[in-house]
Order: sequence, then structure tokens, then C-alpha cells
Amino acid sequence: MAERKRPRLAVWKFASCDGCQLSLLDCEDELLALAGVIDIANFPEASKAVEDGPYDLSLVEGSITTAHDAERIRTVREQSKHLITIGACATVGGIQALRNFADVKDFIAAVYASPQYISTLATSTPISAHVPVDFELRGCPINKVQLLEVISAFLAGRRPAVAAHSVCVECKQRGTVCVMVQGTPCLGPVTHAGCGAICPSFRRGCYGCYGPMETPNTAALAREWQALGAAPRDIRRAFRSFNAAAEPFLRESESHGD
Amino acid sequence: MATKTIRVDYLARIEGEGALDLEVSDGRVTSAQLRIFEPPRFFEAFLRGRSYLETPDIVARICGICPIAYQMSAVHAIENAFGASVGGQLRALRRLIYCGEWIESHALHVVMLHAPDFLGYPDGIRMARDHGDAVRNGLALKKAGNELIRVLGGREIHPVNVKPGGFHRVSHPRELLPVAEILKRASELARDLVRWVATFPFPDFTSNYEFVALRHPDEYPFNEGRLVSNRGIDVDIRDYDGEFEERHVAHSTALHSVVKRRGAYLVGPLARYALNFDRLPPPIQALAGEAGLGPVCRNPFQSIIVRALEIVYACEEALRLIAGYEPPDAASVPLTPRTSTGFGCTEAPRGICWHRYDFEADGTIRTARIVPPTSQNQPSIEADLAAVATAFLDQPDETIRDRCEQSIRNYDPCISCSAHFLKLSVHRT
Repeated sequence: MAERKRPRLAVWKFASCDGCQLSLLDCEDELLALAGVIDIANFPEASKAVEDGPYDLSLVEGSITTAHDAERIRTVREQSKHLITIGACATVGGIQALRNFADVKDFIAAVYASPQYISTLATSTPISAHVPVDFELRGCPINKVQLLEVISAFLAGRRPAVAAHSVCVECKQRGTVCVMVQGTPCLGPVTHAGCGAICPSFRRGCYGCYGPMETPNTAALAREWQALGAAPRDIRRAFRSFNAAAEPFLRESESHGD
Repeated sequence: MATKTIRVDYLARIEGEGALDLEVSDGRVTSAQLRIFEPPRFFEAFLRGRSYLETPDIVARICGICPIAYQMSAVHAIENAFGASVGGQLRALRRLIYCGEWIESHALHVVMLHAPDFLGYPDGIRMARDHGDAVRNGLALKKAGNELIRVLGGREIHPVNVKPGGFHRVSHPRELLPVAEILKRASELARDLVRWVATFPFPDFTSNYEFVALRHPDEYPFNEGRLVSNRGIDVDIRDYDGEFEERHVAHSTALHSVVKRRGAYLVGPLARYALNFDRLPPPIQALAGEAGLGPVCRNPFQSIIVRALEIVYACEEALRLIAGYEPPDAASVPLTPRTSTGFGCTEAPRGICWHRYDFEADGTIRTARIVPPTSQNQPSIEADLAAVATAFLDQPDETIRDRCEQSIRNYDPCISCSAHFLKLSVHRT
């Protein structure tokens, strides 16, 4: 019997910490089975057997911060039937998008003795600012169970079942007592679900690493934070972290002084 | 003689992007430059103006493979700045979560990334067709380390529970008991792993490294100790700048660190092992002997054995810490910010990770400096590459490339902390 042709997967890295693609290798129980049903054709972090495209599915980690990478993402898109971004860097620009609020020359001078050796763009931008993206999986880092769901869904030709509600719903689902009512400022009410509401289960407020949920009321939450004693600078910092360039978080951070 | 160039498009199974240029003259490699293209992300720049409270969450994002290392060096630096010390069970819990990171990071590297080089496979997944049990056991080990991090930290990558002064919430002993059962099996798997990797074919290659690691009065080092070397360095971590300096070279976005008076040095498992062999429990020393290692190992290819030994150690140390665990009364010690400078240095799986912060009176960061392990090893990697390539110059270019890639992987470099695409250029004149 002829072997059925397996769909071909590629994993790409741009500016990032490698944590999201590591999530694939962190599927310790599923990795070998996954490799049986899909052809991991291009995954340099895991293999030196790199096969040419085209690919059925490309997973893209990281943001665009160099002119070279802005060109490279176009060639990735050309070779990919489906392109999915994995994580906050690829989806909204990541923590390195904090440069968007500063002069990148100052940033270079702060880190490097010889700025002339460094070639970088003034901004960190998401993949969708450069090429069409078929699905964006959120999180810093992504949740590996959601990653497997997204891969399975695309291979089956359906939309992934990834909820767009807030972290609050996940707290209710796991029975965690609200930390806000105990006086701890939390970004859970405006943050996209997916992590499983980990921070409140460790008695700390959510710090928004999955980015904004659908239609978040960030202004109302900022007022609650103020009522709990948060200074404007605390609120500005909270919205300006791993998803600082996501529109609702960006707008809210700008309404609070430093 | 004509100049010859080989191009290699990918340095696989390394986190990051880089290229290697070799200059060959009269049958010797005269220069090896590992060029790192990893786009700079400027952590030390955007940390300025952030609160000390945010620092562990931010610096974790430097590396998805060793976030605990960055979190730990940061919290120690913060506590050092504010004059606080974290002891007792909180200290034990920090050591415990670090054991988890060593186990998951080392197991990933030893089994999935490095072992395929020795056995002639492109990756761990293809290696599993012939060595199924070894790969499945390696993944089980990795999972055990990750489970420890998940229980203590909330998730494997960028865990959320570490904070300056301790933790947000400390574990209940009943949360740790199931992990202890997993670790008992992991410790057995790790011993088998040591015996398996010890049978690999190792090139006859040694280098006279200056090893640099932490040394603690009675422990194999994770979080604390003096900075020592086998050539006489023995300083407090705050005196790092007296002995070492970072240089910015044109061919890399990773800064290069050198010992001021001498040059290249080595951090990571070989250095820790050579400088702290006497701190390993006797059964692990005996296992090292069984695997053919003395108290010092200078063959970088055998670093795979040392990593496997460190997995055994981390499993045993974790079991010891869990057995002695009693939940502390408070999850953290109180901190009072002040205008100050603080230093932190801990042993990431791939070597020392050194941090220094200057704080304003309210705990806002004025300046930050972070020296990751890979930038410290880069001059040693380049020296090894020149020596390894020279030894293989009569071989086909394909062989030279494979040996160079393997040599780079000897260091388990996390080039994203400062590279996958190795473009190898050999210039023969």
C-alpha cells in the first residue's frame, strides 16, 4: 500500500526568545506521534535536515526588526499554503516593541560600544504588518495544548477552537477566587484567555502576556486599578509590556503619565 | 592555491542565527569567526525606567530555554541591591526550581540536539526510528524537569511565580510528592543516559581551557558562590568587571567576553564540573569514573557526558530538597527599595549568567547589564573551531562543516540570548 503523503510543516524564527517554538518540543508525549502524521520538513532548531518548500503549514515565531527579516518573511509567505504566527512577538511585536516608544539609536548606544556595527529597524512589527496571516496564536509564551489544536485544525481544514474571552472566564472555570476582590491589581478582565489563568492561581495579578481580549474595556479596568491604589505610572507600565504594541493596550498606556 | 568557499545555509539545532568564516593558510586555520546575526532586542535598554518588581518577568523573555536562569540572577541582584537575603526553605525552593531547568534544558540538548551528531542522524526524531527507547526516555526526562518547573512556577516557559524576595505563592508539600515519584524514575533514566552517551565515539581532541564557574563552600553551584577559575581567579561576583571585559566585535551582535589578562575562557558544564568535582556526591563521582571521566574533562565533545551527569545530580538534589521541605511561613521576604547597585550571578544550564542593576530610590532601574553565558563562550567556541577545522582540513568540506557544527553544539549555545543559520565560508589561500 502506498504511504499517504504527509502534510509538510515548517517552523521559522525571527526576533524572539525561541520559547514558542520550544513549545513544540515540549510536547514530549505527542512529538513522535506528531512526526508520524506530519512531515517536519524545516525546523532548524530541532533538525539539520532542512527540506525546500513549498510547505502546507508554516509556524512563524518572532517579530520583524531588521530589513533582512522584512524580506525573509515574504519568501516564507510565498512558500507557505497556510501561515500561522505563534506568540506575542509574531502577533503584536513582543517585548522588543518597547523600542517603538523610544529612539532606537539611544537603545543601540545603551547596549553596544560600537553602534556602527548594528543594523536594525526603528520598530518591532508583527508578521501581519508585512504579509497576510491565516491565524494568530497569542501568548508569551503560547500554550502548547492550543498549539496542537491549531496544527490539528489546519491539517483538518477547520478553524481552530481557541476562545477569545478574557482570563476572568478561565479563573471561574478553575475555581480561582478573584484576586482583584482581594485587593491585587490584575489585567485578567481585559486579557485574552489561553494560559489557563495561571497567575491568579499563584495569588498574583495577571500581567497580560496573552494580550488584549476581544473588545476589552481597558479604561474601566484602569479606574479599578486606581481605586486599588495603583499610580498612573504603574498602569502605564502594566499595559506596556509583552503586548505593548497591541492597539487597545497601546491606547490605554498613552492615557497614563510616567 | 585557489581560494575555496563552502557555504552552509543552516546551523541546525542551535537556538539563533549565525555564520562561520574560516581562513585557511598553509594547511592551518588562521582565523575562525562565528558571526551572530540574531537581531538585537535591546533588553538592557528597555529595562531602564522599569520597576524592580517587573524585572523577573521581563528578563525571563531573553531566553525561552533558560528563563529561570535570568529570573534567578535578577532576583539575587535586586536583593543584593536592597540589602535583603533569602534563606531557609525559600532558598531551597529556588534551588529546586533551578534543578527543573537544568533537567529539562540538559535533557533536550543531550538527547534531541547533541546525541544525533554522534550517531549520524539529522535530528532526534529520525534517531528515534533506531533508538526509540533512548529518545522516549530522553523526552521523559525532559518532561520530568518541566513538571518540576510547572508545579513550582506555574508553566514550563516563562514561569510566573518567581518574584524579588521569594515567590508569589509557595507550594504545599502534597503538590511536590507526585513530582518526587516522577524524579525517582527520572534519576534512574538519567543514570542510563550517562552510560549510553559514554559509549559514543569521541574525537581525540582536548583544549587547555580557562574554566570559570561559581564555587560555593559546600554545594554544587546553582544560585550562589564566588567566581573562580583554574588559573587563579577567585573573586566576589561584584568584582566581575575587575577580571573580565566585554568587547563588541564587528562580526557579531553578541558581545564577546574575555579574561582581561589572558583572553578566552569557558563557562558551562565542563567548567562547573572541573571546578566543583569535589562538591558532587560520591555516587555521582563514581558514575563519572564509570563513564570514563576523571575530575577534569578537557574534551568539549565529552561535555555531553557531563551534562548527563548534571541531570543525575539535579534529580538527586531535587529529591533531597523535596524530602526536607516544609512550607515557610511567608512566601517572600519584604524588600525596601533604595538608591543602590546590585549584582547577581547564577549557573544557567549553559554557564554563568551575570547581572548588574543600578536602582533609583523607588526601585526603578537606572541601568542594567546582563552578561549571558553564550557571549562569554564565543571566543572559546571560535578557538575550538579553528583547532577542530585544522584537524579535519584534509577531509571533504561536508565533513569539516559537520564537525564545526558539532563543535558549536558542544557548547549548547543559546544564541538567541544574544543563532540556526550557519553559513560556513572556508577561504583557502
